[in-house]
Amino acid sequence: MKTLFDKIWDAHVVTTVQDGPTQLYIDRHLCHEVTSPQAFAGLRNRGLSVYRPEQTTLTADHNIPTMGQDQPIRDQISRFQVDTLAKNARDYKLTYYGLNNPKNGIVHVIGPENGYTQPGMTIVCGDSHTSTHGAFGAIAFGIGTSEVEMVLASQCILQTRPKTMRINFEGKLNEHVSAKDMALYMIAQLTTGGATGYFVEYAGEAVRNLTMEERMTLCNLSIEMGARGGLVAPDETTFNYIRGREFAPKGERWEEAMAYWQTLHSDEGAAFDKEVTFDVSQIKPMITYGTNPGMGMPIDGTIPTLDEIDEAGQISFEKSLRYMGFEPGEKLEGKQIDYVFLGSCTNGRIEDFRVFAGYVKGRKKADNVTAWLVPGSWQVRKQIEAEGLDRILEEAGFALRQPGCSACLAMNDDKVPAGKYAVSTSNRNFEGRQGPGARTILAGPLVAAAAAVNGRITQP
Amino acid sequence: MEKFQTITSTYVPLPIENVDTDQIIPARFLKATTRDGFGDNLFADWRYDKEGNPKTDFVLNDPTYSGEVLVAGKNFGSGSSREHAAWAIGGYGFRVVVSSFFADIFRNNALNNGILPVVVSEAFLRGLFNAVKADPKSSVTVNLEEQTITNNATGENEQFEINSYKKECLLKGLDDIDFLLSNRDKIEAYEQRRPYAY
Repeated sequence: MKTLFDKIWDAHVVTTVQDGPTQLYIDRHLCHEVTSPQAFAGLRNRGLSVYRPEQTTLTADHNIPTMGQDQPIRDQISRFQVDTLAKNARDYKLTYYGLNNPKNGIVHVIGPENGYTQPGMTIVCGDSHTSTHGAFGAIAFGIGTSEVEMVLASQCILQTRPKTMRINFEGKLNEHVSAKDMALYMIAQLTTGGATGYFVEYAGEAVRNLTMEERMTLCNLSIEMGARGGLVAPDETTFNYIRGREFAPKGERWEEAMAYWQTLHSDEGAAFDKEVTFDVSQIKPMITYGTNPGMGMPIDGTIPTLDEIDEAGQISFEKSLRYMGFEPGEKLEGKQIDYVFLGSCTNGRIEDFRVFAGYVKGRKKADNVTAWLVPGSWQVRKQIEAEGLDRILEEAGFALRQPGCSACLAMNDDKVPAGKYAVSTSNRNFEGRQGPGARTILAGPLVAAAAAVNGRITQP
Repeated sequence: MEKFQTITSTYVPLPIENVDTDQIIPARFLKATTRDGFGDNLFADWRYDKEGNPKTDFVLNDPTYSGEVLVAGKNFGSGSSREHAAWAIGGYGFRVVVSSFFADIFRNNALNNGILPVVVSEAFLRGLFNAVKADPKSSVTVNLEEQTITNNATGENEQFEINSYKKECLLKGLDDIDFLLSNRDKIEAYEQRRPYAY
């Protein structure tokens, strides 16, 4: 009896080093401009070629502007980094979706939307949110640049086998509660390091009822509790999503794939190293109040007081609240905010824009709010336009930007100024994440829409 | 990669938990295309003010503390997979990071750059923070061969875990690519036998 994780892992073992790591075969490798240049430089130094070039795909997303992408990038260092990616693609004959390519977008958005991400695969990328692809029943995880070089050179990686954890979400979600709220609730319960060393399988009625995009949001945030990755067993929802997409198997190959994919689930009675169950009826729309994603609470909640924090964590807790400008025991509902960011690999897909547009329709953006709406890819943006959501957003005082990681990590000009509060649909509220001194409050797209319209933190 | 030898050194205490890689090296410094120069921006936002002047209350700017060993609170290196965090720590001159808990990706990145992450018990970690508070010249000895770490102020000693493959790599200064390339035949054999080819 095997877990889903065991089945996929075992199917990719090339060899195991005695008292050491497993040499794992990688089916798909995604690269972006920020974490790959040193890996390609390493290949050049060693005089190596890319071992399986057809299994690596490149896109530019982290370090690009979200306006004027048809113009050369103004920041010279950023331009050089993106040009380096393009050169590496040419030199090693790799598929590259550069700026203005209709398939360009955030690496974890374009993989799924093009049917490149499939059940049973091993997928890596030099980016911790690679866990997103786990939504399809794949072992997908983030790697460092030395490991990017390993994959380029050998299509393999050395990894210690993680432990397995199953997280069951039982019951039906309350109104206005999204996959983002499920994730923030889970991380608040388990803490930011609570799943370190584990690979998580998400299961239970509430997970089965999620759409593919919602599953991606949930799996995306696995790393924020330290997990190597998170996955969901593929089912009809998965197959219906993949069918017909550009890189999905077709015809006879589809039948073969389906026969294999349908075996990809944890066997009944398979043992997990740890199992946790949440009753989703307990989950309300969430926000964060601190500087890691585990510092979350319901919108109407209160920040813990110092005596609720264990002694070793008190210095960090106080430092965190000082940075945020909040007090222990404070309520945040009604608090004025300055920025709203809708986007990122966590919440930058079409369903997120539908939710946001649905709320702001017939309403107006608050004057005190600067809003950045950044689609996760050109395909998402095209879909927004096809559905007329852009007009709804415009009428409510919002403008769409061009795709990229944008204010999620603020490598480009989309930086929240020091001391300002941003309600963000992204994944990290770390100090300085959205710009030096920026104060991030993580939330789902609906809560972000309510904040954008009301100018303060409110119930949606 | 430089071979890892036994280190006896004073250490720099950072008793903060959940130090994420965005703190170790903020994203705006990730625009480089080489591995060099990241040490100058290690902990940049804690170390320098907006004008780039050193903040006197941050430990790296306090001449009382120095050494090749960084001792940090629980869950060090969480967040982003950026290997730049390991390059910054190595570039600054640290060869060892001690904590009671490390995030997975950071730990791998450190090992791949010849930096040894040493996991110790909470009690041992507290002992190190206390010793260096009492005397900033307190030292630790990290012996990789024996897999031991010693608090030289108290004589307290602990074993730490590392798999024997990685231990060999560090001791001999080898990296994983050499190993993987030597396994080409096994990779090709796998590609022939795999249960499903994408």
